[in-house]
Amino acid sequence: MSDSLAGLGTDGTLLSGWGRTAPTRARVSTPMSSDSLSNLVLESGHRGILARGLGRAYGDAAQNSGGDVADLARFDRIDLDPDTGIAKIGAGVSLDQLLRKVLPLGWFIPVTPGTRQVTIGGAIAADVHGKNHHIDGTFGAHILELELVGADGVYRKLTPQDPAADFWLTVGGMGLTGLITQASMQLLPVTTSSLRVDTERATDLDDLMSRMTSGDDDYRYSVAWIDCVAGGRSLGRGVLTRGDHAKLEELSMADRATALEFDPKVRLGIPNVIPGGLLNRYSISAFNELWYRKAPKSRAGEIQSIGTFFHPLDGVRNWNNAYGPSGFLQYQFVVPMEASDLIRIAIERLRKVPAPSFLAVLKRFGAANPAPLSFPQPGWTLALDIPAAIPGLSVALSELDDLVAAAGGRIYLAKDSRLRPDLLPLMYPRLTEWQSGRARLDPTRRFNSDLARRLLL
Amino acid sequence: MIDALGNPQTVLVLGGTSEIALATVAKLARPKLVRVVLAGRPGPDRAAAAASISGLADTVEVADFDATKPETHAAFVASVFAEGDIDVVLLAFGLLGDQDEAERDSAAAVLVAQVNYVGAVSVGLNIAHHLDEQGHGVLVVLSSVAGERARRSNFVYGSSKAGLDAFAVGLGDALHGRGPRVLVVRPGFVRTRMTAHLADAPLAVDADEVAAKIVSAIAKGREIVYAPGAMRVVMSGLRHLPRPIFRKLPF
Ligand SMILES: Cc1cc2nc3c(=O)[nH]c(=O)nc-3n(C[C@H](O)[C@H](O)[C@H](O)COP(=O)(O)OP(=O)(O)OC[C@H]3O[C@@H](n4cnc5c(N)ncnc54)[C@H](O)[C@@H]3O)c2cc1C
Ligand SMILES: NC(=O)c1ccc[n+]([C@@H]2O[C@H](COP(=O)([O-])OP(=O)(O)OC[C@H]3O[C@@H](n4cnc5c(N)ncnc54)[C@H](OP(=O)(O)O)[C@@H]3O)[C@@H](O)[C@H]2O)c1
Repeated sequence: MSDSLAGLGTDGTLLSGWGRTAPTRARVSTPMSSDSLSNLVLESGHRGILARGLGRAYGDAAQNSGGDVADLARFDRIDLDPDTGIAKIGAGVSLDQLLRKVLPLGWFIPVTPGTRQVTIGGAIAADVHGKNHHIDGTFGAHILELELVGADGVYRKLTPQDPAADFWLTVGGMGLTGLITQASMQLLPVTTSSLRVDTERATDLDDLMSRMTSGDDDYRYSVAWIDCVAGGRSLGRGVLTRGDHAKLEELSMADRATALEFDPKVRLGIPNVIPGGLLNRYSISAFNELWYRKAPKSRAGEIQSIGTFFHPLDGVRNWNNAYGPSGFLQYQFVVPMEASDLIRIAIERLRKVPAPSFLAVLKRFGAANPAPLSFPQPGWTLALDIPAAIPGLSVALSELDDLVAAAGGRIYLAKDSRLRPDLLPLMYPRLTEWQSGRARLDPTRRFNSDLARRLLL
Repeated sequence: MIDALGNPQTVLVLGGTSEIALATVAKLARPKLVRVVLAGRPGPDRAAAAASISGLADTVEVADFDATKPETHAAFVASVFAEGDIDVVLLAFGLLGDQDEAERDSAAAVLVAQVNYVGAVSVGLNIAHHLDEQGHGVLVVLSSVAGERARRSNFVYGSSKAGLDAFAVGLGDALHGRGPRVLVVRPGFVRTRMTAHLADAPLAVDADEVAAKIVSAIAKGREIVYAPGAMRVVMSGLRHLPRPIFRKLPF
């Protein structure tokens, strides 16, 4: 060992995910051209290289400790064919940038997650879903073609029809098959930048789930927020919001002139210095009660903005700092319809810890797509944001993992920061198929991540 | 990797038979570790230690390590890291020695210094390089309150721990912001085989209690932890006690 510690001190950045847990060091570079990106791949050392988007994965998916990390922010072109709505988009483009460009022209993104601050590359690598999964499937299902830099530094075009299935290994492949540099996507035509939303309050979990089971198919978008703090007869009570894109004639006369306007504002950020965090057990409990009370028992046809309906948290920059220095995690799982019991069990188990969740979101997924590592499968998915500092959390979540796996369900890798590797093959039965595909694409494991190391992916 | 809730997957123990270290491994296994390496001098004690934790990890290995042979440390550390990342390193070897003997025979004192200080500096730097290269991991250094202010009754051991403690704190600063961290542990009197021949000192604890402190300090990203926690207060008092009084304290 000849290197001195101080001598190494200049090259490296501490990276963590959105939950701000488990930081590790990597060399981050922002290549300006296609050539410099392939050189970066070819010159990466034994710790490998990984693409990172906007770091919105909650855990360690976009970290590569001791290795290289490529930020594709400069791969930022957007070419839209305004007649067909087919867009060719650089992988570093965020959904926010894309919407600002295409929405005024009458086009919308076919799938949008709960934040616009994710890149095209990150959305494909995690095969993200939105409130319309039961109708439209995942983000990857709308990609017509993508461009990937492989372990040999060579650019290749992949399509869903490609017989080797490299496309589907990459969709949901968490960056481990190569660096996605651009994608073509079919956008969705809209006539306004607003949504027509119906809101219902459900008094308990059964009420909520039966409303979703019977009514979801009438709406393109559907999601429920659950009050995870309420117990007893109110356990699982929540607020269901469902809707579709508003048509021009549904807007008020005054709003029609600016129907496609889209210019959401970001408010003040939260500083990174609050010792215990703003969001702790007590403030979270109070919030849940308030949120439920504030929702109308039932309201139909309300016109909402895209930001309010899809990305309510994007209005506050760095809201993840509100959890304080120890950070937080998101626990998101899906279980088949027939194992819907697990939703109740999970809420009860976390109430017992107690580990209250500021945001608990329930959704019914539709059909899965052909990607072996894609998360969504038909069933119920529950996502909970929980402060990491809560004592007893590790054991409780580990017990829930076992139940989820036994029920034929799985954990979402883009959110995960703590799953045990032994459960992965149970949760993703096609794991070996993906692994042999990856071994063919990247035999020397040039592409690596902390998530891959932790889960022995 | 150490996960978001502070659970590691791989652990290297330097001083593989240390009771404090083995208790820590047991608590880190929530519910199971992937790989544990017990490094120490070969013999029945090391084999027994490995057997005692065989259920706590997918693989439990033993490796030869002698603190008094610094020339072997680079190769030893490299061979352990060659098999994969190490998330937590417990630097737990140590020699209490016998103060009377050390005062009579300087060779006995030198051995204490060589194991506790020189050996730790040697292996600690090698570990630090590997952790730095992998970009993450925690080096846990078993220091002692005995090093915070050396006492008449065991200043040879105390001075070796003082050196170790200063080294570990400085190493932590060198690695600060680079991913890997150093956790300095300052236990008071712990009932283990090291102290079995002695009467309990005030605030004596069991190895389990020290282990629990270490595990939670790893999860919280702490840099220094006392065991028991009250020792921090006691030591900050003792540190400032006038020397004529300190010299006459009955321990
Ligand atoms: C507030 C919030 C709400 C969210 N809501 C949802 C939701 O409703 N539905 C949902 O599915 N997800 C949701 N997510 C998760 C988020 O959509 C995913 O984690 C997404 O992958 C983040 O994109 P990113 O650009 O930040 O990627 P990063 O977090 O930087 O990276 C995520 C993964 O993508 C890989 N990757 C990134 N860019 C590339 C590339 N160019 N080529 C290859 N691989 C690449 C990385 O290696 C990593 O494995 C939410 C996250 C937040 C913070
Ligand atoms: N017990 C206490 O009251 C107390 C208080 C404060 C700090 N500590 C410190 O905590 C650490 C662990 O102590 P413990 O209580 O767990 O005692 P322990 O069970 O006696 O462990 C001491 C360890 O040091 C090893 N060791 C001694 N000389 C060595 C050498 N030359 N090379 C390699 N390994 C060597 C021993 O290995 P062998 O089996 O080969 O001898 C044993 O594994 C020590 O650093 C100790 O100083 C202890």
